[in-house]
Parts: sequence; C-alpha cells; structure tokens
Amino acid sequence: MTHSDHLDATFAALADPTRRAILARLASGEAAVTDLAKPFRMSQPAISKHLKVLERAGLISRGHDAQRRPRRLEAKPLAEANQWLERYREFWEGNFQRLDALLDELKIRDKKLVHKRRRPRNTGFSN
Amino acid sequence: MKESRTLTLTTPSDREIVVTRIVDAPRHLVFEAWTNPKHLPQWMLGPPGWTMPVCEIDLRPGGKWHFVWRQSDGTEMEMRGVYKEVTPPERVVSTESWGPEWPETINTLTLTEEGGQTRVTNRVLYPSKEARDAALKTGMKEGMDQSFNTLDKYLASLGDRGTERGARKA
Repeated sequence: MTHSDHLDATFAALADPTRRAILARLASGEAAVTDLAKPFRMSQPAISKHLKVLERAGLISRGHDAQRRPRRLEAKPLAEANQWLERYREFWEGNFQRLDALLDELKIRDKKLVHKRRRPRNTGFSN
Repeated sequence: MKESRTLTLTTPSDREIVVTRIVDAPRHLVFEAWTNPKHLPQWMLGPPGWTMPVCEIDLRPGGKWHFVWRQSDGTEMEMRGVYKEVTPPERVVSTESWGPEWPETINTLTLTEEGGQTRVTNRVLYPSKEARDAALKTGMKEGMDQSFNTLDKYLASLGDRGTERGARKA
C-alpha cells in the first residue's frame, strides 16, 4: 500500500462509531475478541468484521497468545491521520485568532455607534 | 465564566469536516466579519505570509463569491462558489471549489448565540469520502511543497548574498 492508500484505509476505519469505540477500548490495553464484543451487544461475527477493517488499516494487530488472540492498538497510522487534521486545525486556529482581534475592534466601533445614535435624542430632551 | 476559545475539529461522517469555535462577540458582528468583504481579508488568511487581494461577495441566494490569496513570492490560490442560503445573522450555505479539478463542497456556517458569545460552526460536506480525504491530503502535500519552495528560495537567496559579499570583499 502507498502512503495515501494507508491514509484512505485509516480514515475509512475511523469513520465508524463502533470502530472508534473499539479503538478507545484498546487504548487502555489489549483485549480478546470476546471481551471486545461484550460492551457493544454485538454478535462475535459482527465484531470480527469491524476488527478486520481495523486490522487492514493497520490500526490494530494481534497479540502473541494463540488461544485468546488478543487485539491491540497500533499507534502509527492514527498518528499519521491525526497529523493531517492537525494541519487543518492550525489553519483554522490562525484564522480564528485574527477573527478575535477584528471582533474586538468591531465591538468598540459598535458601542461608539450606539452611543452616537443615543446622544442626539438625549440633547433633544434637554432642550 | 466565559467558555474557553478552544477549536474543535471533528469528522462526524466520512464526507464531512466540522470546525467549531466560540468567539467573544455578539452574533451580528461575527456575521459581519464573516460576510463583509471589508473585514474578511483581514483574518481569513491561513498560513503566515498570505494576503487576500481579491474578496468579492454577492451575499444573496444565487449570488457568487470569489476569493484570491497571494503569497509574497506571487503564488496565488483561488476559490469560488455560489450562495445557496443566506439568513443573517445565523446561517450561510454556499458551494465552494478550488478549481475544475477539485470537488465542489457544500459549506454551512452556523452562528448560535450563547450568553453574549457566539458559537461558530463551519461544516464542509464533500461529495464523497474519497474527495474529502483527497482534499485533506493534497492540501497537506501542497502546503509542504510550498514550505519547501520557500525554503529553497530562501537558501538560494542566502547563497547569492554570500557570493555578493565574497565578490565585494575580493
């Protein structure tokens, strides 16, 4: 698989809420398929299907215990997918910081406008 | 206490990217900053070094928008689209495309008032999962290429200066 195929597989695997939940569970340590199936109220074949997708994406791997065949989290592809979103985040964070600065200016201008609009009415009353 | 200005970035479905952020201003001002061509070029700039010399906005359903960004070295990036729905000061739906070879996205800007502050939600919907991932990837690749180009130019200019200095000395 090329680098971009890998990322395709990672994003596809992450698009499903059950698979994200499985990854979250595996983040706290490896687990056997039967243990993974429990909290999801899902049949073992259904869970196995999700595990296969995660495995193909390289997001999880199988442990050495031949009996339990525990699954565990693989950090690298997740980190790669995250790196992209991180760039996107940086882009927007810069924009929002500049927007904050502009809004501070606009708020001051807005207050002045309201003030100006009020003043003639007040002078009108006093005359 | 005011809510922190943390940006959240989510991919709620495999065709979407959603950015959410609280800004400390009333909604009508945020709408103004986001839709008035007088204000937008002051902040919608992306990476450092870019300016926005073209910002055309015809803010009505069916109206077009056209933005051009320029880097100090002359590199330009262009984006166009059409407004689908304009509901001041709370919602703008528009199409967006970086060019004919890029997928057209549907962008929904939603502004909600929360105790004097405004929650900004910008949802970008791609025509397919592949298009979303490709856009993310190409964006990253271009960003990296640009960084390397800038670095190359910078290193070349250092080299030139080095030679000049050397020549002057001699």
